[in-house]
Amino acid sequence: MVFRTRRLAVASVAVAAATALVAGCATGSGGSTSGASGDTLTLWTHNAGNSAELDVVKKIIKDFNASQSKYKVELQAFPQSNYNDSVVAAASARKLPCLLDVDGPNVPNWAWGGYLSPMDVSGSEVPLSDQLPSTVGRYRDKVYAFGFTDVSLTFFARTSVLKKYGIRIPTMAKPWTKDEFDSALAELKKSGKFEYPLEMGTGSLGEWYPYAYSPQLQSFGGDLIDRDGYKSASGTLDGKDAVEWATWLRSLVTKGYLAKKSGVDPNKDFLAGKSAIHWDGSWNAAKNAAKLGDDLAIIPPVDFLHGPRIGGASWQWAMSSTCSNKAGAQAWLKFSRQTKYFVDYARATGTIPATDAAAEQVDGYQPGGEFSVFTRFAREYAVVRPVTPAYPYISTEFQKAVQDILAGADPKDALGQAAKDIDNNLKTNNHYAG
Amino acid sequence: MTSFLKHLGGHAGRVVLALVFALPLVFMLVSSFKPDDQIFGDLGSWRAFLPVGALSLDNYTGVFERVPAARFLLNSVLISSITVVLGILVNSMAAFALSRMRWPGRKLVLTAVIATLIVPFETFALPLVWWVNQLPLLRVNGFHLEWTTGWMDTYQVQILPFVANAFSVFFFHQYFQSIPKEIDEAAIVDGAGWFTIYRRIVMPLSGPAVATVAILTFLPAWNSYLWPLMVVQSEELRPVMVGISYFFQLNVGWGQIMAYSSLITVPILALFVAFQRSFVNSIASTGVKG
Repeated sequence: MVFRTRRLAVASVAVAAATALVAGCATGSGGSTSGASGDTLTLWTHNAGNSAELDVVKKIIKDFNASQSKYKVELQAFPQSNYNDSVVAAASARKLPCLLDVDGPNVPNWAWGGYLSPMDVSGSEVPLSDQLPSTVGRYRDKVYAFGFTDVSLTFFARTSVLKKYGIRIPTMAKPWTKDEFDSALAELKKSGKFEYPLEMGTGSLGEWYPYAYSPQLQSFGGDLIDRDGYKSASGTLDGKDAVEWATWLRSLVTKGYLAKKSGVDPNKDFLAGKSAIHWDGSWNAAKNAAKLGDDLAIIPPVDFLHGPRIGGASWQWAMSSTCSNKAGAQAWLKFSRQTKYFVDYARATGTIPATDAAAEQVDGYQPGGEFSVFTRFAREYAVVRPVTPAYPYISTEFQKAVQDILAGADPKDALGQAAKDIDNNLKTNNHYAG
Repeated sequence: MTSFLKHLGGHAGRVVLALVFALPLVFMLVSSFKPDDQIFGDLGSWRAFLPVGALSLDNYTGVFERVPAARFLLNSVLISSITVVLGILVNSMAAFALSRMRWPGRKLVLTAVIATLIVPFETFALPLVWWVNQLPLLRVNGFHLEWTTGWMDTYQVQILPFVANAFSVFFFHQYFQSIPKEIDEAAIVDGAGWFTIYRRIVMPLSGPAVATVAILTFLPAWNSYLWPLMVVQSEELRPVMVGISYFFQLNVGWGQIMAYSSLITVPILALFVAFQRSFVNSIASTGVKG
């Protein structure tokens, strides 16, 4: 009898455990298949752990939920490093949320892949036409996303250091030429004060490589792909100008101007005086200004012959194609398009407000402000990354090529291989038609 | 004298090796109490490994403000523990059938199981996402139970795909081979069935193998990163490793990263220390080096 009771108890525990495993553990949005449950919409963002930016998203959601009684938006925040993997996995399982943010260069790929739906935000407080062009995600003449801010590439340096070594401080009217830049690096290296006078974040991986280095490639006259139809990279990514750029990039390493692999926090190294000139993003401007004060020099990109260039497009908001409540999603998107939120975003992230009206309310970005130059960079120098669904593949191939070149690979061979692989990818995918 | 010098040399070599493995952990622990500027300032000297300067618990406070660390730790303990318990049960049973029972095709099955070891997880991660999304799910909706489809965003999607493990099956199989089969025959003569032999004889003799499989199952479950990012959307279900990527944002807090890393390393170290003797014995006796 004792044994039977014990067996019964064991069996009961086993059944209970199995039931708990299959049933009790289901929480969260496990049952949602469309990013919305009735009028409750799910929103994904890449800001987990970044409380400043996340707080703005929370504020918009809170204000929206309080502004009306029909729709309710719920937030799910993901860490940025693998956010794209989460989205791709959710898309394959048809579990995308109604609202999500997307890195600007990925908009064409996600639109082509059927993740995103075109949006109509006409009638919102801020018209799209007021925004910096790089902050609106378009694909095939349809709007799929918009951002509240953009970022700009720039050189940071110390005025005192440049003056000490007789280096001209460039302006937008007269940026450094290639020869001037090379001479400046040679002078700084000769001083013996800097092991590597130039810092360009070579230790960073991911999107930084195409974001930071493809504008220099473009300034040399090359590009990631032939933008006329986006049919081929051969002849453009591995053309004469591109090879010249890659050879120059490699020479920075061989001459000891640039570390093959920079430290884990390049901006900290710059502020500590380890490097003299730092190719970085505007997001560090406020921090650097606070530390260096008037000694901080914000320098435009080098004109390598075809004009100074920077990348364009940062994180933007979009609506998924599988959203079962597109009216609710569009209501949130329209609601968010108020100048005060553009201002909040720019203040929280230290980035460029996407509209002039917002810029006037953000310290440093008002006309004549210490950071307003970034808005001019964005307007005059920004080149969006190739608007093609092939972009994620192009980005990966470019990263590999640049890494190889920095490590000593023959520039022509490395770029040639990348161009060939990109062309194969384009052919395999029928040039992303349809 | 020569023997003494050899002895001394051996000890010195071991001390150097111990330092090579221990210093990164010491650096992590010590840095978790330092402000960011000091961590970078100390990098060029031995101060990086010493608890000197402005030490505080600020990084640990910051960790709990920035990340729901306690929840993540609890989730990982739950996920890893259940994976280990179920893994030991399922894989040892499979290995028992392959090792002790005689049936046609068992060598082929064993070969097929081992062959799966060469397939990297990343290659079938997306198909696996699709597959787990087709599975039926009984879920609680208010006071009702209802059937739905798809395991996304649950605990079990982080557990069940990793219960059956080819390496564990192989490891148990190798260990079971070292137990004399005459014991089975004697038990059968005494009227024992296969399950009794498994439960009462083979498993009690396989303590070191169980300990090793426990560690080797616990580690990847604890370190799981890509899979939870793909299949779990709710923050309250995320494991600890996903938490570390919360810190790699625009303002990277290195002290907080060290504090969080220290927090999530302690359970692993505790587990290893607890099972160290069995782990070493088991690895030595099976000839399997994982």
